[in-house]
Amino acid sequence: MSATVTPRELIIARAAQEIADGMVVNLGIGMPTLLADVGVARAGVLLQSENGLLGIGPYPTEDEVDPDLINAGKETVTAVAGHAYFDSAESFAMIRGGHVDLAILGGMEVSAGGDLANWMVPGKLVKGMGGAMDLVHGAKRTVVVMEHLSKAGESKVKPACTLPLTGRGVVDRLITDLAVFDLPRAADGSRELVLVETQPGVTVEQVRERTEAEFRVAGADGDSEPVVAS
Amino acid sequence: MTTGTAGKVVASAAEAVADVRDGATLAVGGFGLCGIPQATIAALRDQGARDLTAVSNNCGVDDAGLGLLLANGQIRKMVSSYVGENKTFERLFLSGELEVELVPQGTLAERLRAGGAGIPAFYTPAGVGTPVADGKETRAFDGRDHVLEHAIVADFALVRAWKGDALGNLVYRRTARNFNPLAAAAGRVTIAEVEQLVEVGELDGDAIHTPGLYVQRVVQAPPGEKRIERRMVASR
Repeated sequence: MSATVTPRELIIARAAQEIADGMVVNLGIGMPTLLADVGVARAGVLLQSENGLLGIGPYPTEDEVDPDLINAGKETVTAVAGHAYFDSAESFAMIRGGHVDLAILGGMEVSAGGDLANWMVPGKLVKGMGGAMDLVHGAKRTVVVMEHLSKAGESKVKPACTLPLTGRGVVDRLITDLAVFDLPRAADGSRELVLVETQPGVTVEQVRERTEAEFRVAGADGDSEPVVAS
Repeated sequence: MTTGTAGKVVASAAEAVADVRDGATLAVGGFGLCGIPQATIAALRDQGARDLTAVSNNCGVDDAGLGLLLANGQIRKMVSSYVGENKTFERLFLSGELEVELVPQGTLAERLRAGGAGIPAFYTPAGVGTPVADGKETRAFDGRDHVLEHAIVADFALVRAWKGDALGNLVYRRTARNFNPLAAAAGRVTIAEVEQLVEVGELDGDAIHTPGLYVQRVVQAPPGEKRIERRMVASR
């Protein structure tokens, strides 16, 4: 077995720590869906699927596969004991109404002010926002997971997003394959990008080199080293 | 259309969609390929109405769901939240042949709900500060900005239910419910295809998701495969 850990595996392993017992969690499609196993296994956690299920279970066995039971990524799933089904308006009433504890979403770009872009690249890629624009305003906490650099090697953590926004000032925490950033909200509503952890083997200097946005390092006067992930 | 003791039941999907005219707005249930009204969509492809506006969370895939109408050149405009799995869609959109209004999923659901419920418009935080809010009224409540979104009422709604009766009472199954009850309420003429057409009185009144008054036509869906977009199986 290879000892190499992929960037996505690093990100997912760190993001798994965000899911606490008893939470109601919505996982975005793509990379966040890889956290479903963690959510299913965690005590009392209920995964909310915006297509109308509270209580996503593991993937089905062959015998359990049901075209009428899918997650928001259109994958066949099962439902845990105690699950509930509902329509899409009810689903987003839960989301908008602040009844979901945590949303973990993928990202294309995150800005130092907490803006998120993850739904389209003008002229190239049309996906649509799905439920992300509702989730970023409705969930009590929004965590974004994404690779730090684009395929072209450019920082996806930007002073300002260049892509159309999903939400302005909505990201509470950003987890990349290099680091973890918090984006605390000030009294005036603005946010600040703060490095709180580096991934194993990554130095603060390396994060700086690969991050286009300015950030503060957590600790007194911004000078002390951040917590290094174990 | 059949009336009298048969109530709202029509003989075929073709009969159910016969009067859908060019330029009509359709609200269509389903999420991905889950819970889509596949029989009435196929009938509408054969019927041939054009210049349609389709309000639906997704637009199917290239060869199923609303993708059938798209590939046949019958849709002029899509109102959807997520369109990521359809190459035909992407090509038509990027070339400007298809008009597209992308709407946050919760806003789309609520616009249909509001349309069926007689609420002309509502404020939501979703989309504030993004291109979705361009040109729309915004207003702060409790210090947070919200954008004004308008209800959707459709000329026709196409929905798929698990069980239904001749009065139009509908029960959906599992996550196939999704946008179906909202579309049903937002249609001036709502056409429900049902997997099981049951006798009036057989459905438990407590279990009905869409009361029959929202539904004008009921058609028995022919048996047919329900496609799965992403078949995932546990390695247990």
